This record gives sequence, C-alpha cells and structure tokens, in this order.
Amino acid sequence: MSEATSDSSRATSTPTLSAGGGFKGFLRATEIDTRMLGMIGALAVIWIGFHILSGGTFLTPRNLWNLSVQTASVGVMATGMVLVIVTRNIDLSVGSILGVTGMVMAVAQTQYITPALGYDSGLVWILTLAVGIVCGLAIGGLQGFVIAYLGVPAFIVTLGGLLVWRGAAWWVASGRTIPLTDDNFKLIGGGSDGSIGATWSWVVAAVAIAFLLLAAFSARKQRKKFNFAVKPMWAEAVTVGLAVVAVVAATLIVNAYLLPGPLARRYAEANGIAVPDGGLEISFGYAIPVLLFIAVGIVMTFIARRTRFGRYVFAIGGNPEAAELAGINTKRVTLMVFALMGMLAAIAAAISTARLSSATNAQGTLDELYTIAAAVIGGTSLAGGAGTIFGAMLGALVMQSLQSGMVLLGLDTPLQNIVVGAVLVVAVWLDTLYRRRSA
Amino acid sequence: MSTTMDEITDHGPAHHHSTVDRSGTALIDMRDISIAFGGIHAVDGASIDLYPGEVVALLGHNGAGKSTLIKILSGAYKRDSGEIYVRGDKASIGNPRDAKAYGIETIYQTLALADNVDAAANLFLGREIMTPWGTLDDAAMEAEARKVMGRLNPNFRRFKEPVKALSGGQRQSVAIARAILFNAKILIMDEPTAALGPQETAQVADLIKELKKDDIGIFLISHDIHDVFDLADRVVVMKNGQVVGGAKTEDVTKDEVLGMIILGKCPPGATPGPGAMKE
Repeated sequence: MSEATSDSSRATSTPTLSAGGGFKGFLRATEIDTRMLGMIGALAVIWIGFHILSGGTFLTPRNLWNLSVQTASVGVMATGMVLVIVTRNIDLSVGSILGVTGMVMAVAQTQYITPALGYDSGLVWILTLAVGIVCGLAIGGLQGFVIAYLGVPAFIVTLGGLLVWRGAAWWVASGRTIPLTDDNFKLIGGGSDGSIGATWSWVVAAVAIAFLLLAAFSARKQRKKFNFAVKPMWAEAVTVGLAVVAVVAATLIVNAYLLPGPLARRYAEANGIAVPDGGLEISFGYAIPVLLFIAVGIVMTFIARRTRFGRYVFAIGGNPEAAELAGINTKRVTLMVFALMGMLAAIAAAISTARLSSATNAQGTLDELYTIAAAVIGGTSLAGGAGTIFGAMLGALVMQSLQSGMVLLGLDTPLQNIVVGAVLVVAVWLDTLYRRRSA
Repeated sequence: MSTTMDEITDHGPAHHHSTVDRSGTALIDMRDISIAFGGIHAVDGASIDLYPGEVVALLGHNGAGKSTLIKILSGAYKRDSGEIYVRGDKASIGNPRDAKAYGIETIYQTLALADNVDAAANLFLGREIMTPWGTLDDAAMEAEARKVMGRLNPNFRRFKEPVKALSGGQRQSVAIARAILFNAKILIMDEPTAALGPQETAQVADLIKELKKDDIGIFLISHDIHDVFDLADRVVVMKNGQVVGGAKTEDVTKDEVLGMIILGKCPPGATPGPGAMKE
C-alpha cells in the first residue's frame, strides 16, 4: 500500500512536520483551523461593520466590556450544547431550565438561606449556587434518563421540557419577580462591583499567558518523549504568540473601560482614596461572569479533549454502534451529557439572575435558540461527531455581537429576530458547503 | 439431536495439511443456540465449535443466520436458548463487554470504527490508556498504535487523521489491530475481505496465518465461499437458521460446499447437521 502522507519526514532522525509552502503550508504547520479563521473573519466584519454604521460607538471599551458580560450566560450554555449536539442530540429546554433554576435560586436565597444564615453571611452565595447546580443537574439528569433509557427522542423530551420547566418557573413563585438579597451573589452578574479591576486583570492575564506557554511546552515535550513529529519552532511561536497577543489586547480593553464619575467617587470614598484634581481613573477590568465563562470554557475543553467521558461523547457521535460494540455504556454517557447541560444552564441562570439582581418569569426565553445557534455557528455539526468548545464560545460572541450591535443601531426587536434567524440559516448553509468541500 | 462438530474431530489427526489439533478443549463451543425476532427463528438450534489455531469459515446466504449466530457470541444479541462454553467453561455473555472479557474480539462487516476520531483513539476505544492524573494519555496510545500498526501495515502513517479519511484497507488494518492489541484469543471476522482489493486481501490472508501461529481461533463469516475457502481449515454452512453441516476443507470441494449453501445438501465428506436436506 502506498499512502500519500503529509508527515513523510517522520522517517528521518529529526522529526518535524513538513508542511509545504504558501498560506496553506503556514496553516498546516501552525495547525490553525481554516474554519476558526473564517469565524474570526466573520466576527471582524461584524464588529467593524457595526462600528461604522453606529458612528464609532461599537468598538469602544465600554461596549466591548458590555458585550463580554452579555455573552457569558449563553456562552456557558453553548459549551454544553456542543456535547449534546455531538452525541446527535439536541436540547431545546435550556432556556426554560435557566428560568426555573434562576427562580429556584432566588426563592431559596430570599426565603430560606438568608433567613437561616443572616444577611452578613459569606456562605449565602455559595449555598444558593449549590442549590441551583443541584437543581440543574437533577432536571438535566431526568431528561437524560428519559432520552437514554426510555428511548424517547431528545427533540421531543426537551421540547416537552421547554414547556414543563417554563411552567415550573412560574409555579415556583406564582409568577412573581423575586429580588435577590445577597450582595455577594450579585457579583456573579458583573457590574462595577462584580469586576476585578486593573491590577487583578493583569494578574489573570499573566496567569493565562504562563498557562499557554506551559501547555505548549509540555505538549512539545510529550511528543518528543515518544519521538513523534513536532510542529516547527516558528509555527509554535506564531500560535502561542497570537494567543498571548489576544490575552494582552483583551486585558487592555477591559482596563480601558473606566468607572463613570459618580461611581468612581463612591469607590474612592468606600476605599478611602483621595480624589485627585484630574478625576479618578479606576478601571473595570474583567467582569466576574466573564471569568466564570472562561473558566467553564477551560473545564469543558478539558472534559471534551482529555477525559474518557469526552472521548466517548465524540465516539458516540461518530458511530453510535461502534461505540456500543466497543463496550462503551452509551446510555450512561448520554444521561451524563444532559445532566452536564442542566448544570451549565444553572450556572448561566446564576449569571443572568445576579446580573438582573432578581429572578423574573421570562428569564432565558429564546435562549435555547441562541445557545444552539452559538454551537452551530461555532462549527458543531448537527450530524454529530464534530465540534469544539472554543468554537461555540466564539459562536456565542458572534451571536451576541449581532444582537447588541442591532440594539446599538436602534433596530426594533422583530427586525432583530429576522436578522438573527436569517444569519443562523446562512451560517449553517455555509458550513454545509465547507464540509462538502473538505470531505 | 444436536450434531456438534466434535464428531468431525473424532477422525483423529489424519489429514496431512491440517495442523489444527482438535483433541484438546475447544476454544469455543456453542451448543443448540436459538434466537427469534418477532416469531422468526433467525437461529434455530445451531451448534458450532472452534479450536486453538483453527480458522472456521461460517458460510451461508444472506439471512441464513450466520451473522446472527456470531453476534450472539460477540454479545451484540442475547440468545433465547442454548449454551456457550469458552475453553470448556460455561460462559455468560450478555453484552460486548462480557465477550471481550472472554478474549472474544469481533471485526464487523461495517467496520465498527468511530469515523470522526483518529486511529489511536479507535484502537483504544473503551480501553483508553490513562495518565496517573486520570486523563487520556494520547501520546502513549499513539506510541502503542504505531507499534502494532507497524507490524500489520508498516506503511501506515496517518495516525493523526480521522479514520474516515483512510482507505478501505487501512481501515481494515485498524480494525484488526484493534482486535489483536488486546490479546484476543478468539477473533470473529465478518466479511473480512469484501471491501478490499486483491493486494489488501492477500495482506489479510498473511495476517490470518500470523494469528494462527499464536493459537488464536478465528471465525470467518462470509456469503461468498471464494473469499474464505482457501483461508479456512474447516467450513460450517448455515441455511434458514440451521446448520446444514460441517467439513474440513480438504475433505470437500468448493462445488460441494456451494451445494450445501444453495440446496442444503450434505456431500459425503461432510458431517450433516439438523438443517441438512433430508433424503
């Protein structure tokens, strides 16, 4: 057998992937995905387009900071939706799960946890979050059980769930809006208090950069240990370099967003800082929900790529029969995927409830569509077996950019819906074209 | 009533080019197996056995019950009645994991590979190598994959690509590597050469000879006698869910075996089973 191989240089004593010349060679050597490149290109077009149309208000630190906070909730859920769709399933109920878990957390906090522990207790927020997470896990697990063990299609189970959990959210508080009582919990939602400021933002950036370098270095070392081909050094430098630049740029942007005058004064008074003549320059820095979103993204990427569970999720998506014959308990994996999705919906609920400082009945309505759209635009194949967490996170950013850009332009809601719907269809069509060509 | 293939072995080691020793305990002894799907007897009182280092070709038309019988052995189906003995001990096989625990590995006609992941991930699917921290050790798995593939298919280099990008022969070698990687004692190959070109078929034939040397017993399932006759030590023919009969390949001709497959007629060199045409 004679195979045309891209890494024929394996046989030589210094194994380095030979990539060929030109732009294609550059992409192959750096292992940058063309699909990812396309998505970043689309994002750039959207951002610059809105910036011009809005007369220069889109690409401002303030708007980008808001965009990051608004992306967090749907973004958290999109990471879980990737695994759901990879296993050839769908979850239409995530918006309603967000609604009911948000309501449960608000009720639990105001009526049980705060009265029991007192207003000053630092444990309230974590107990509230724990209640929400357990609730989300249980709901997702229940749906997963019906799908995996009773054999009801996910589409139907979660379509039912869409109604059931929305109804349950109403039922928990008889349709009332429940304001939160715990200030610590509200930090999960962001705002001027729920941001970490300039110094800590740089600390986060430094940790992220150290992590990127370490990851690249240890991956390289591992491949060398087994004498596998490694990326050329320059390609390694380019990929890590781009990531470092992205981290630094993001940190500069969130630190460039300054607290408005009155808030800055209040902050200065609270911390005993003298206000200088030129006014205070206090940065927002990274918002806590954004850090939570990124942390979820890292954990989910780890689960998808480095654990047995993640490997099984992809194997089931590629060939369910093969996975079953390989001895994988596909039913259990399916149940766990939906339970995980429920848990992420609860985390998203914590973010959006904290951001609004209260749980409302309509919270999370239509979020299932934005979540699915984020995953699909991010390259998750509806045929199953393919998708990345990072892609879905970018997809969520694309969807949110569209939405908030249109708000900035003053488009009314019906027109926004028309645009978002059309964009989703076009994105999937482009994806279909891409897959057909690369197949 | 059940005629087991043991009776064939009672002739002793008489034949010159059969090197299989059938005097000891059978690797696999399936006795009087039946399974029905919605009232249709897909397998009806079938018995079959297999000895170390032996290649048994299980032949029959589509729908004769051969694949169903073998899926019972590999744990994909649960039998309604009958017993399975592995190396003389009664075995309970309820799912593919049980079968693997007995050293029974199956290579399916449809090549049960997950198309979207790479060769190493497929080789270790369900039995991944883990790091001390409980994460996937992809580098170690790739190293093992390179070792075993180096033996089977030395030209194979495409370890990093999803297996859907591979040719039929490459995929077949991944599937076989997957089976032998875990020290299979009993190998089931469903239509092993149906999707392959002549060169790749020859490669599989060489591979089967290698596996025989290691005392691995192999079931070859096929509807086409030409695919497997030269590879097999013994043939067993099924028709309408029953065993027509069995014979050592040196005792029968291809035409006689074809008669068994098509008409259910047992030639003099074969031992008739319950499904043989009554005179």
